[in-house]
Amino acid sequence: MIRFVLRRLALMVPVLLGLSILLFIWVRSLPGEGPARSLLGTRATPERIEAINEQYGFNDPLLEQYLRYVGSLLRGDFLSSIRDGKPVLDTFFDKLPVTVELSLAALLFAIVVGIPLGYVAARYQGRAPDTAVVSGSLLGVATPVFFLALLLKLVFANWLGWLPATFRQTPGIDATQVTGFAVLDGLLTREYDAAWDAVLHLLLPAIALGTIPLAIIVRITRASVAEVLQEDYVRTAESKGLRRRTVARRHVLRNAMLPVSTTIGLQVGLLFSGAVLTETVFSFQGIGSYLFQAISQRDYPVLQGYIIFIAIMYSLINLVVDLLYGVIDPRVRVST
Amino acid sequence: MTPAGPSAGDDALDLVATPADERGTSLWRGAFRRLRRNPSAIIGAAIMLVFVLVAIFAPLLTSFRPGTGEFFGQVTPSSVPGPSQEHWLGLDTGGSDMWTQLLYGARQSLVYGVASTLVGLTAGAALGVLAGGFGAVGGRVGGWVDTAVMRVVDILLSIPSLLLAVSIAAIITQDSLAIIIAIGAAQVPIFARLLRSSMLAQGKSDYVLAAGALGFRKRRIVMSHILPNAIGPTIVQATLNLATATLEVAALSYLGLGPDDPRVAEWGRMLVNAQSRFDADPRLAILPGICIVVTALGFTLFGEALRESLDPRSRR
Amino acid sequence: MSPPSHQHGADVLTDGRADRTPVQGDQPLLSVQDLSVEFGLRGQKRVRAVDSVSFDIRPGEHVGLVGESGSGKSVTSLAIMGLLPRRGAHVSGRITYEGRDLLTASRAEMSQLRGNDIAMVFQDPMTSLNPVVPIGTQLAEVVTRHRRLSKSEARDRAGDLLARVGIPDPRRRLKEYPHQLSGGMRQRVLIAIALACEPRLLIADEPTTALDVTIQAQVLEVLKELVAETEAALLMITHDLGVVAGLCDRVNVMYSGRIVESTTRSVLFGEPRHPYTGGLLRSIPRLDAPRGEPLVAIPGSPTNTLPWTQGCAFAPRCAHVQDDCRTDPPALLEHGPRMLRCHHPLDGSDGPTPGGGSAGARPTAAGVADESAYRRPTEEDA
Repeated sequence: MIRFVLRRLALMVPVLLGLSILLFIWVRSLPGEGPARSLLGTRATPERIEAINEQYGFNDPLLEQYLRYVGSLLRGDFLSSIRDGKPVLDTFFDKLPVTVELSLAALLFAIVVGIPLGYVAARYQGRAPDTAVVSGSLLGVATPVFFLALLLKLVFANWLGWLPATFRQTPGIDATQVTGFAVLDGLLTREYDAAWDAVLHLLLPAIALGTIPLAIIVRITRASVAEVLQEDYVRTAESKGLRRRTVARRHVLRNAMLPVSTTIGLQVGLLFSGAVLTETVFSFQGIGSYLFQAISQRDYPVLQGYIIFIAIMYSLINLVVDLLYGVIDPRVRVST
Repeated sequence: MTPAGPSAGDDALDLVATPADERGTSLWRGAFRRLRRNPSAIIGAAIMLVFVLVAIFAPLLTSFRPGTGEFFGQVTPSSVPGPSQEHWLGLDTGGSDMWTQLLYGARQSLVYGVASTLVGLTAGAALGVLAGGFGAVGGRVGGWVDTAVMRVVDILLSIPSLLLAVSIAAIITQDSLAIIIAIGAAQVPIFARLLRSSMLAQGKSDYVLAAGALGFRKRRIVMSHILPNAIGPTIVQATLNLATATLEVAALSYLGLGPDDPRVAEWGRMLVNAQSRFDADPRLAILPGICIVVTALGFTLFGEALRESLDPRSRR
Repeated sequence: MSPPSHQHGADVLTDGRADRTPVQGDQPLLSVQDLSVEFGLRGQKRVRAVDSVSFDIRPGEHVGLVGESGSGKSVTSLAIMGLLPRRGAHVSGRITYEGRDLLTASRAEMSQLRGNDIAMVFQDPMTSLNPVVPIGTQLAEVVTRHRRLSKSEARDRAGDLLARVGIPDPRRRLKEYPHQLSGGMRQRVLIAIALACEPRLLIADEPTTALDVTIQAQVLEVLKELVAETEAALLMITHDLGVVAGLCDRVNVMYSGRIVESTTRSVLFGEPRHPYTGGLLRSIPRLDAPRGEPLVAIPGSPTNTLPWTQGCAFAPRCAHVQDDCRTDPPALLEHGPRMLRCHHPLDGSDGPTPGGGSAGARPTAAGVADESAYRRPTEEDA
């Protein structure tokens, strides 16, 4: 078990190293005028641009720049943003709770709604509930995240006025920060009104971000349950006279969850991608919207740092998913 | 699926349930026959057909040109003229005829979608064949090549695909080719892994072992036995990826990384431009949004139906 | 075959279990009357898998249901258990268990009955156990469902059951998963599950077919012992007359969804009258056969049938086929000690006995052999 984890962690090293090289080359080899121009605007004097380039070492040979970059990474220095001068590491971890909270809410929505819907669709395969669920999930996959986000905002915030349209919390609300997770903070400090406020703000973005994972989870669950329902061991369970609930939980869903759990792990990447769009639409100050600003202004250190962090998190999450997989499926339990 | 026949050894039932004309026909011919009977395949194919026709014959369907902004004078900060006799879907924020913009937008989506999927498919399939072919042949060199290629793919896979496309698009300038490469590159890992795993699976099957035992050359086994049998899922994935590519072009536009030539009509950018007026005039955003959804839905429906029809377990 | 008898009210659920040897005139435990099962979703042509099948099982009696795959024997067993798919399966006829009609029973009633009164052992032990649940749980859950036992009591009982089916170190095995057991061991577990609540009727659907030949005899022996111990009635479904020979009191031979011959074991093995039964018997090795005598296979495959509505389904493969076999569907009629569905039975000296006469078994030339000659060697013999 421990050896398995260590081996997986060791495998991440070359992947990340390769990623850093790749990113570095991509980022530096761009044609155009680099960050100094987008930072200083079109009317900047050549001298000012030169000064910036000199300051950040953009004039040195690529290899030298790369080695210097890796050297600083190994020292734990992830450089600072060119734009606002803040250390990349700090802003990342400052903003992480926002994105994680949003992603978890989206994933929760996708799982809690998706698995029962998929199960129902499989049970009623080929009949009306199935057709409805499948059509809905196809529509969900085909709708761009930001379009859905805009529609939700229009209907529920602007027209109906039920839910807030932007920000994580009502501006000016007096909420104490502890962990950075707004809902959790509200609960911890017993500021329940603040927690509720955060939940309300989270609803629309979570639904917008969670819809594609929801559609995917529904379809995988449906296919998986339909397959398990045909299995001999389900018939054995029924031949024992077990209650329907027991058959569904212990025998059908436990087996059907195997492919679903892998899928849920894969959704994490989708959530990070979607967070960039969702956070922008709903004005959340998370990793996604910060990364978006970094992209549009060619903020190299932020771009490089954030993508490497996201890749690390993505790999770690998939490792955890694989370990969880072993918990549900004794056959792949890692013995090495 | 057989008519819910019990699996308890009653194979005869399965046989009876399969129409006689379907036994023993080739995989693809059988798949095509099943496709023709699947309503969602027909809907998907119809959408795809309309989409392609509109993209090709856009100039014949409207008397205006896209992206000219020739009616910009009628657009005021507070309102964009809605449907009228002359412009039956109204104008867009840039002062062009909405109907024309939407028609020409199909063109962009088709070009970007197909081209980027082709890029991703070609590069991904090449990597996949390399890894899968060598992996299936096995041996020390084979295993090494397989591992090396898959490490590269792992690197690409460690970045969420939209972020990959975004970072590439941010880096290389925003011309059409760059966008195509960005979205295509993001698809490479999917194709590479899919093709590799189905080639490895085929490599273990009995007929490949038999071909090896008969002394066929390894390259011939890979190229003329394993590859043709393993390519099915990859083709299905390509159909599905047309939908993803359409959505990602729109997403890039939304992030300001899409095609930046204002004379080019593109649904994603129309949506973005309409965003500030979304509340007052939802038509401006909803129309291009619907175009994106319907197109992606068409590709998805058809791709899913194709996947189902190729899957022997779901035969009806 | 006794005429269908309807039993009402007589409740013999708990005490007074019938003696092991079936007694004539006993009320049947299970009575299947005119059972037909058709498959086909709406709009599709229906396929008839079971066609007017009738037979009785008395308490403690061992009944064989013999036929090739596709003959409808497994579907019959699933119909009794109420485990046919709800969609696409159309069942008609009557199945009564102790006077209760199983086909009209509610889902709750059926689930009370399954595992407790009627239990089943399935064909493939590799796929019939849940791969992600420890076998101890899979055993204990049937006990806790039907008996008032605490969790630890159920576990103890599960351990005892494993020991009884001959699994060494049962306490430790309880925590193991199916993939850690061999096929033979898994089938023992399934037998333990089926007999955990001491059902009155056990249905065994080809319980040894999927096992290695060397294991088959052992597993069959375990099954036999436990059935004897719990005094359960047994419906043994098999394509192997060798299994029937050592086990069953009565045998029903099915072909293409219908019963073609039905009688006691000794009569059937002594003088098979249906050409299909004869073919089955000639195709299995006999202990008393002279060395070098070839086994005879039945020509053709079970899919090559005639619809029963047009004639005899076995006609295309029958060595004794005559013209009327292809045009006139034979009826299941009483021929002396047996029910037979054939126009031209083997050694057709005795015709149908109208009015249900009780003609004794007559020795015929067809092969006066004791059924023991066909029996599979078991552990006892070794």
